[in-house]
Amino acid sequence: MNARVVAEPLVAIEKLTVRLPEGGDRLKAVDGIDLDIAPGRILCVVGESGSGKSMTAHAIMGLVPKPLVSTGTIRFDGENLIGLAAEKHRAIRGRRIGMIFQEPMAALNPVMRVGRQIEEVFRFHGVPGPYDRRVVKLLDAMGLPEPELLRQAFPFSLSGGQRQRVMIAMALALDPELLIADEPTTALDVTTQKQILALLKRAQAERGMGIVLITHDFGVVAEIGDEVAVMQHGRIVERGTVAEVLGNPSHDYTRTLLAAVPKLAKRPAVDKTGDEPLLSAKGVTKTYSGRTGLFGPRRTVEAVRDAGFSLARGQTLGIVGESGSGKSTLARIIVRLLTADAGDVRLAGVERNLLDLGSRDLAPLRRRVQMVFQDPFASLNPRRTVFEIVAQGLLAHGMSRADARRRVAELLELVALDPASALRYPNAFSGGQRQRIGIARALALEPDVIVADEPVSALDVSIQARVLDLLADLQRRLSLGMLFITHDLRVAAQVCDHVAVMQRGRIVEMGPSADVLFRPTQDYTKLLIDSIPGRGAFAAPEAGPTAT
Amino acid sequence: MEFLKRFAENRGAVAGAIALALIVVMAITAPLIVPIDPMSTRGRPLLPPGGEFAFGTDMLGRDVLAGIVHGARISLMIGLISTVIAAAIGVSVGAVAGFFGGWIDDLLVRITEFFQTIPSFIFAILLVAIMTPGLTSIVTAIAVVTWPPIARLARSEFLGLRRREFVEAAVLSGVSRFRIIVSEVLPNAVSPLIVMGSLMIATAILTESALSFLGLGDPNRISWGYMIGAARTVFRQAWWLSVFPGLAIAITVLAINLVGEGLNDALNPHLKGRVRIQT
Repeated sequence: MNARVVAEPLVAIEKLTVRLPEGGDRLKAVDGIDLDIAPGRILCVVGESGSGKSMTAHAIMGLVPKPLVSTGTIRFDGENLIGLAAEKHRAIRGRRIGMIFQEPMAALNPVMRVGRQIEEVFRFHGVPGPYDRRVVKLLDAMGLPEPELLRQAFPFSLSGGQRQRVMIAMALALDPELLIADEPTTALDVTTQKQILALLKRAQAERGMGIVLITHDFGVVAEIGDEVAVMQHGRIVERGTVAEVLGNPSHDYTRTLLAAVPKLAKRPAVDKTGDEPLLSAKGVTKTYSGRTGLFGPRRTVEAVRDAGFSLARGQTLGIVGESGSGKSTLARIIVRLLTADAGDVRLAGVERNLLDLGSRDLAPLRRRVQMVFQDPFASLNPRRTVFEIVAQGLLAHGMSRADARRRVAELLELVALDPASALRYPNAFSGGQRQRIGIARALALEPDVIVADEPVSALDVSIQARVLDLLADLQRRLSLGMLFITHDLRVAAQVCDHVAVMQRGRIVEMGPSADVLFRPTQDYTKLLIDSIPGRGAFAAPEAGPTAT
Repeated sequence: MEFLKRFAENRGAVAGAIALALIVVMAITAPLIVPIDPMSTRGRPLLPPGGEFAFGTDMLGRDVLAGIVHGARISLMIGLISTVIAAAIGVSVGAVAGFFGGWIDDLLVRITEFFQTIPSFIFAILLVAIMTPGLTSIVTAIAVVTWPPIARLARSEFLGLRRREFVEAAVLSGVSRFRIIVSEVLPNAVSPLIVMGSLMIATAILTESALSFLGLGDPNRISWGYMIGAARTVFRQAWWLSVFPGLAIAITVLAINLVGEGLNDALNPHLKGRVRIQT
């Protein structure tokens, strides 16, 4: 080993270009990038959706989808990976370059025991058996409990974090020199994300391998990255060490992205309005039960247990928690998309418990509580025009088409969309624009309360910030009460006046967001706050004097 | 148009569409192409193909070509009408079962399964025999035995779609259940149903031919199945009596199947697996 080896990059990418089929909105997914990947370092490739970061990773693996072709050179150990014979590439893939994906459930074979799936890696690369000891050792190294038993499990019986650990075990089975991780923690809860990132960092340090980590989250970059490359429109706009780029970004785009990262910062408290609550809930409980098979044992899951809150006009109550904490179930109970087992939900001006109303009594009240959904792609019917989507409630409540047309134009303007877009179909819009359409639909019936279920979690950070601003602005102007469901404490800190933290169906802590998020009393809340990625790097300056 | 372009990519589908179009035109213009009654005696019995009668004559001296051309009308009509009826029943049952779920779903699925447990062809024979053979009874019988698969497909589509957020949004906006089913969910479920329906027409044509072959067709109308059935006793002396109508059935069914496959590719492009991984 001479000194030159250190300087030599593990992978040297030169003029890598991936052309897109004609007729798309761009010519190239990746546009002539140069990038060196150093051995033994963690390189984070950051960018928003469509920036070409994933395509770059796939090009290194030789997994560019068929009609697309990559050109340029990707030099790895003296060979150009582009145009390399398929069998040679297969020998490198898995053995010398490993890869993990965003969605471990989709990447694992659902009908094969995880132990066998790991064995396959050895088998395909001609490593002689027996494999049992090696598999157990790997699973153990991934921090999985009882590896002997877990080896026999099927993917569906594992949690998301465990599946991702299995994926990492497969990728590291043959001690690759490079690991490519494509958004490995995006589908996971924050607490799990923290553990997986720590695991990756440890594995990297132990093996001295290089990691290319594709992510959209600067928090993750700050958490484990050594170096960072920022991508936009298929180009690398900035490259440097994490400390340089985060501390002193030189490119405008990097600055915009960094500014858009939601920060756990105190917001000035709103002066308490003393009037009666607009919406209040008490003792809301929902239990799911199902049998496994006709005679199987009955399994019950308490999705929401004895939840209560109260929401004033013009205020935002955040409900935060990890997946499975029951926050979405609670939201759907409030809007009566789900039926609760017990509970009392009151809306100002209505004498009765909303949960007791039959569908006939409920119909006129539906318009007062509307919902903004999480997925801007699933929440708009692809077969209907924007006008039909936004106006559906107006038309259902007997407004004439001409009036509805005027109202839709107003609404679209309100959410900063061109009124002319009313005639187009959802597929003509980006994720952020779609979410605006969804907000316009929710506002169409002039509701008093908006229930927003993770309204920005599917959006890029820069768009996230704009949609959050829009929601906050609309709330002020229309003096709406808002129930804001989110898994992201940073977002909650930005928009919520009060916060309720949910864990396993219960609200464990509730209060003004300045108290809950900055002086938490419950261990679980503290754990959530500690798990926010890159917390140290993004420690926001204290917001000005908090008004009382 | 995107759809036509994708359809045209599948060459088999285009060939099928052309063949099917020719058969449909032949059926519609039958009285103009061969302006004679296919049931009437035109010449000496059992004349081989060529000469005065291009496809020969049968044992009663009827023109086989006239039979084929006019028979196309019955075959296509029965295929189309029975499929439309079956689709109407199947989609309604499947939509209600899939959308509402619960005990309604249980009940409708049990009824569907009840129909599926009876071997469909034997059930069709039974129905036609009970109702006295004729056009209506054949159409009814085919519709009754073919709706269950459509219902099951529609149910699974609706099951998946009713949980989608845009359906929830429509509920919150106060849109009525009926409108949600018809104008929110159905348009999203229609592609696989169209594909299945097109393939079902082919099955219906085959069933009709088989029923007619067994003598359960409408005795007053010529159909391909009837022609083959009538010819089976003289198969060794007069091959042309069964071969030509047989070919007609085979070509029509093949054409419809090709079109159905093309529709499937064009309507569900993501199922075709056209994005393949480079290795």
